Amino acid sequence: MNLLRHGGTGQAAARQQKPWGQRIVPYLFIAPHLVFFVTFVATPVLYGFWLSLNQWDFLGEPKFVGLQNYLNLFDKSTVQGLYFWNAMGNTLEFVLYSVPLLVTIPLGLALALDTRLPGRVIFRTVFYAPMVLSVATVAIIWRWLLDTNAGLVNYYLKSILGIGEKIPWLADLPWAWISLVLMTVWWTIGGNLILFLAGLQDIPQTLYEAARIDGANSWQTFRYITLPGLKPTLLFVTVMTTIASFNLFGQPYMTTGGGPNRATQTAVMLIRDEAFKAYRMGSASAMAWVLGLLMMVVSIFQFRAMRQHIEY
Amino acid sequence: MSNRKWLDHLQRDWPRWLLFLFILLLAILWAAPLLYMLSTSLKPESQTISWPVRWIPAEPTLENYRAIMAATSDQSPLLRWMWNSFLTASLHTALVLLVSSLAAYAYARMQFRGRDALFAILMGTLMVPPVMNFVPNYIIVDRLGWLDTYAALIFPGLGGVFGVFLLRQFFLGIPRDLEDAARIDGAGPLRIYWTIVLPLAKPALVTLAIFTFMGHWNDFLWPLIVMNDPEMLTLPPGLALFQGKYITFYGKLMAGAMISALPVLIVFLFAQRFFIKGISLTGMKG
Repeated sequence: MNLLRHGGTGQAAARQQKPWGQRIVPYLFIAPHLVFFVTFVATPVLYGFWLSLNQWDFLGEPKFVGLQNYLNLFDKSTVQGLYFWNAMGNTLEFVLYSVPLLVTIPLGLALALDTRLPGRVIFRTVFYAPMVLSVATVAIIWRWLLDTNAGLVNYYLKSILGIGEKIPWLADLPWAWISLVLMTVWWTIGGNLILFLAGLQDIPQTLYEAARIDGANSWQTFRYITLPGLKPTLLFVTVMTTIASFNLFGQPYMTTGGGPNRATQTAVMLIRDEAFKAYRMGSASAMAWVLGLLMMVVSIFQFRAMRQHIEY
Repeated sequence: MSNRKWLDHLQRDWPRWLLFLFILLLAILWAAPLLYMLSTSLKPESQTISWPVRWIPAEPTLENYRAIMAATSDQSPLLRWMWNSFLTASLHTALVLLVSSLAAYAYARMQFRGRDALFAILMGTLMVPPVMNFVPNYIIVDRLGWLDTYAALIFPGLGGVFGVFLLRQFFLGIPRDLEDAARIDGAGPLRIYWTIVLPLAKPALVTLAIFTFMGHWNDFLWPLIVMNDPEMLTLPPGLALFQGKYITFYGKLMAGAMISALPVLIVFLFAQRFFIKGISLTGMKG
């Protein structure tokens, strides 16, 4: 009902023949979005930066401190300096472990499913299905599978591979990282798989026919036709996956709690604690800005590096 | 197929069969966690940990489901959380479609001062990682008095620019003839938008709706930040509380996981082609 009423007023405005009446119509169309955009996207960017220049506990008055919050991050004698780089290091570590797997495994699967493999539609469904679950559901399932004493993973390691040692998958290193990467791979490869399959569809069949006539073997076909044809998809997938991995939060929050001993505490986890547990809004904003800027730099760098490789 | 023919086939094509077996094995590994979740959820708590592992419960029971559903609201109100998720995701999605398509139509088809500059600013913010906006948005939402209300989950996301971008691209691809004809017949811009352009844009709208709904339904961090009242949580952060309550009662945990997974899995199975098409469509812009 609301929609119709809204429609009515807009139409009346549009029918006015006065020049200003017509000129205002486009602005009426963009106004609803623009209001929300300004309030919740544009303003927060500027406001967040201003906050990062202040000390503020959310209750009293903000106190302007210039770059102090940023300087604290580089001062090992402050809590922020101590924990921020630990969390950033952990986040980077996860990016380095997860992104190569999250790109190459779906790429390999896509190449396999793109041949006329029987049952490929069912396979595609199975690999994609976990992706529709929320991170909370995924974490609950994997905490059960990875339970040290009762979990399915340790059970099969023993009964199939004869490994009797009870691996503390979520409580000790390096297992905690392996677990986080594992559940992330299980959860998210489906999206990239679909993107690669779509990318493969876009490569003209005539190129493959030409290669076959020229007597190219399958490696040469992959190297000189498939791979260059997939470059735009590969670029997009790599950048988006990297950004997603930088945002790691739910998996460690639900399974390791950032432990053991802050070893899997990620940047986003620390920022949340700093803002909503310690109520240091300024300091949390400074951390968010450093993390955000790093993410932008990495994305731009990836774009540059991979675009150069695209030119053949 | 006779055995002999099958053997011939195998001899000629063995690398493909090897590949098939490998993918099959991988697919079984991929499905196993979901099947084990189902299996555990149907076992009485005393039988969840019994060696050797039984994939098919000896005495399947729904007692775990009954137990977690019976939990009163001060405990873990799964159904209430699910309702919160469903309600806010639906309203949010409907509003995203309306607000984004209105704006996208103007950016695609109308001439107005500042259009290109505005659109460039919108696109520029696609680069800004959302993590930079969490703290300031929390404060803005607090100032609006929206903490612990549905408004905090429904409205802030409406400022997103992805939907505007996606729909504008789609509108640009629609031939203008129909709109011109309607204009000559005296239809105003709003009527043209509502009766001609929107119906033509259905595929893009369905895609945007699915991804907006799923993104909201699965969002973890934002509802965790803006909701202090356990009653107001959505399902994902609710499940974190739920997990804290049942710590190692895996039968009940898996029943909860099932309840959270089932609706989306069912929707996915029925609307699969929209997901697949949607991902390809949204991905191609890269």
